[in-house]
Amino acid sequence: MAEAKAEVEETLKRIEAHKGVVGTIVVNAEGIPIRTTFDNSTTVQYAGLLQQLTMKARSTVRDIDPRNDLTFLRIRSKKHEIMVAPENEYLLIVIQKPCE
Amino acid sequence: MAIAPYRATRLQAVRSLGDRLDRAKLDLQEERQYHQGLLKLYPKNGTLEVIDEDVSTEVGEGLDEWAAGKILVKPPDQLELTEAELKEEFTRILTANNPHAPQNIVRYSFKERTYKPISYVDQMAIHFSLNGNMILKDSDEGRRQNARLSIEAEKPPVEDSMIISEETEIKDEESTEDIQAAGEEEAEEAGTAEVAEAAEAEEPPPLRPRERKLANQFNFIERASKTLNNPLRDRACQSEPTPCKNFSATANQWEIYDAYVEELQKMEKSKEKEKPRAHIAKKEEKRRGRKSTSLESQSDDITKVSKAAKIMERMVNQNTFDDIAQDFKYFEDASDEYRDQQGTLLPLWKFQYDKTKRLAVTAISWNPKYKDLFAVGYGSYDFMKQSRGMLLLYTMKNPSFPEYIFSSESGIMCLDIHNAHPHLVAVGFYDGNVAIYNLKKPSSQPSYKSSAKSGKHTDPVWQVKWQKDDMDNNLNFFSVSSDGRIVSWTLVKNELVHTDVIKLSVEGTTMQGPEGLQLQTLGCGTSFDFHKKIDYLFLVGTEEGKIYKCSKCYSSQFLDVFEAHHMAVDAVSWNPYHMKVFISCSSDWTVKIWDHTIKTPMFIYDLNSAVGDVAWSPYSSTVFAAVTTDGKAHVFDLSVNKYEAICTQVVVAKKKNKITHVQFNPVYPVVIIGDDRGHVTCLKLSPNLRRMPKEKKGQEVKKGPEVEIAKLDKLLNLVREPAGQAGK
Repeated sequence: MAEAKAEVEETLKRIEAHKGVVGTIVVNAEGIPIRTTFDNSTTVQYAGLLQQLTMKARSTVRDIDPRNDLTFLRIRSKKHEIMVAPENEYLLIVIQKPCE
Repeated sequence: MAIAPYRATRLQAVRSLGDRLDRAKLDLQEERQYHQGLLKLYPKNGTLEVIDEDVSTEVGEGLDEWAAGKILVKPPDQLELTEAELKEEFTRILTANNPHAPQNIVRYSFKERTYKPISYVDQMAIHFSLNGNMILKDSDEGRRQNARLSIEAEKPPVEDSMIISEETEIKDEESTEDIQAAGEEEAEEAGTAEVAEAAEAEEPPPLRPRERKLANQFNFIERASKTLNNPLRDRACQSEPTPCKNFSATANQWEIYDAYVEELQKMEKSKEKEKPRAHIAKKEEKRRGRKSTSLESQSDDITKVSKAAKIMERMVNQNTFDDIAQDFKYFEDASDEYRDQQGTLLPLWKFQYDKTKRLAVTAISWNPKYKDLFAVGYGSYDFMKQSRGMLLLYTMKNPSFPEYIFSSESGIMCLDIHNAHPHLVAVGFYDGNVAIYNLKKPSSQPSYKSSAKSGKHTDPVWQVKWQKDDMDNNLNFFSVSSDGRIVSWTLVKNELVHTDVIKLSVEGTTMQGPEGLQLQTLGCGTSFDFHKKIDYLFLVGTEEGKIYKCSKCYSSQFLDVFEAHHMAVDAVSWNPYHMKVFISCSSDWTVKIWDHTIKTPMFIYDLNSAVGDVAWSPYSSTVFAAVTTDGKAHVFDLSVNKYEAICTQVVVAKKKNKITHVQFNPVYPVVIIGDDRGHVTCLKLSPNLRRMPKEKKGQEVKKGPEVEIAKLDKLLNLVREPAGQAGK
C-alpha cells in the first residue's frame, strides 16, 4: 500500500515538474482538498468550484446513459487548461499553461 | 265491532224497548237517565263497558236497530195481525189544527149579556218541554265547571272515567234526539203521552259509582320513550412533536439506475449465501480483506487517484508535446511529392530515463496488443563494461516516463513479448540466464528465471523467441546463445524446464586436444528467427557469419548452411509475406536478402558501417529498415529502388551514438530506434517510404498478402535469372 502511495506521489511530482504545469490539487470525496501545490485560498476556490462543475458534468453524462460515466474533464481557457480527472469520488485537478 | 257482545246489545235493546212500552209515558229525559244508569250499572265489568260502547256507537245507526228489535222480539201482549191487516192502509192527513183543541168555547159577553162562542182557538200543542242542562263553555258556570274538572283530573283513575262518562253523556245527548223521535212515535202509538206525567216521572238520577273506563277494549297503551342522547364532548390532547428533518435529493435517471444495480448485487450476494458453507471460510477471508481496505479507504488516501494520476500524466504530456502528437497523427511531409523517390524520417518523441543513460538499448519490441506500448531492454554490448540491465516499457502516450520499470543485475541482451499473453515478456541476460517478466505483477523481479542448475546458457543469450504453446498447453520459448546451444524453455508448473534443441557444431573445426581428445568447437549463435508458416523451420545466425537453416526435429544436423557474412550475423528475419525470403545483417556492413532455397543472396547492400539491426516493414513485402552504428537509419523499398536506400538519415543527437535496434510499429507509420546511450526515438515515415502501388486507370488497387508476395517475386525473378545464367 505504501508502495502504491509512493507511486502516486511520484506520478504527481512528475506532473508538477512538467513544463507549463501551474499546480495540482487532489480533492477527496467530501470536497476537501487533501493535497495541493497552491496557496490556501486558491485551492479552496478551485476545489469548491470544480467539484460542483464535475458533479454536474458527471450527472449530465450519466443522465444520458446511466451505464456511461465521466472519466475526464478538460477546460480550455485563454490562460490555462484545467484538467479534472474524477476517480472513486476523488478529484485530481491539474492546471497547466498550454505551451506556446 | 266485536260480534260477541251482540246478544247483550240486543238484550239491552229489548229491555229498553220493553220498558218503553211498559212505561209509555216515561219521559225521554228519564229514559236517558235510565240509559245512563244502565250503562253504569256494572262497574268494573269489561263486557258491560262494551255494551256501553255499543250503545254509544250504535246510537248513530239508531232507527234500524230499533226496527230490527221490533221485528225480532214481540211483546207478549202484541196483537196478532193478519197479513191483510198489516197491509191495510190508514190514511191520515196532517193538518195544522190541533185535534185536541176545543171547538165550542163560549164566553159570556157583558155587553150583550149573553154567551157567545169564540171562534178563535189556540191550535198550539206542546208535547214535550225540557229545561236544558247544557251550559256554554264560555259562561261563568262553564268556566267554573271546567276549573273543577281540571282539579279533579289530577286524581287520575277516577277522574279519568269521569271525563269519559261526561263524554258519554254528551254522546248520549246526541242519541237522545233519536230516542226522542222514537219515543214520540211510541207515544203517538200509545196515544197517551202526557207531558205532565213525563214531568212527574222525572226522578233524581241515582248516585252511581264512578267507574274507571279504559280507552279501548284491547287494553292498548301506546307508550313512547326517548333514550337519553349522550352529550357530545370535545377532548384534545397534544403529543410531543416528532423531530423534523429536511431531506432533499435529486432523482436522476442514473441514480435510479444505480439503485437498481445495487439491489441486484445484493440479491446476488444473498444467493451466494445460500451456497454451502465451504465458501464461508473464504468469504470471511475476503471480508477481512475488505475491512482492511475499507479502513484504509476511510482515510484520505491519495492512492484513490492512482489511475487518475496516470491519465493526468498522459494528459499533461499530450499538452506538452501537443505539436508532436499532432505530427504523429496528421503530418504528412508535403515535400515528398517533389522528391521523387526519396523519403524522410520525422523524429517524434524521444524516450529516455535517468537510470538508463549509461546503458545501451539491446532490444526493442512492440506489444502485440497495445499498439502504443513497447518494451525496451537495456544492457551493454561492451564486454569490458558489463553492468546491470533494465527492462522498460514505454507508451507513446507518455514519452517522459516509462509505464513499467524492471531492473536486473545482469544486462539484458534480448527480449520478446508473447503474442497471446501480451503481459509476458521473455528476457535473455548477458550472464546466460533467461527470465519471464509478468507485467501484471507489481514486483520488479522476474516471475520466472533460469538458474545454473536448470541449464542456463554459459554465454550471453542473444535472442529469445516465444513459441506456440506445446501439446500440454505450456508456454514455451527458445533462446540462442553464443555457447552454441539453442534451448527450448517450457513453463511447467511455475518452473522453467530446459531442453536443448540443437548444438551448433562447426564442421571441420574439431580440434585435436593435447591428449588426443577431440574437442568440438561450437558455433556461436547470435540471432535466429522462426519461419512464420513452417513450424519446425528456423534460421540461426552465428558469430562466424554463417546462417544455419535448422529444424526443431534434428538436433545435430542442419538443413542448410549459408556462408552469409564475414562477421557476426546481428539479425536474421523472415519476410512477413514471402515465405521463402529472409534478410540478414552483419557487422561486416552488409545487409543481404536471401531465398532460403538458394545458397547465394538475392540482394546485397553495403551500408558503410556495421549494421546493428534490420527489420521488415509490416505493411509492404519490399520495405525494410536497417540501422548502422554510425547513427544512420536506412529505409529500402525494393519495388522503388533495388540498389539504394530511399532514405538514409542520421537520427541520433550526437554522432558518437550508435544505433543498435529498429522496429516498425505494426499499425502506425512509425519506427522506433534505440541507441547505445539508452535513448529510444520514435520516427515517422514520410509518405514516400510507405508508398503503395499507384492506382492505374480503370484498375482497382489490389491489396493483401498475395499482391505483396507477387511484388517481391517479380523482383526476385529479375535477380534469379541472371544469377541462374551466371551459375551455368
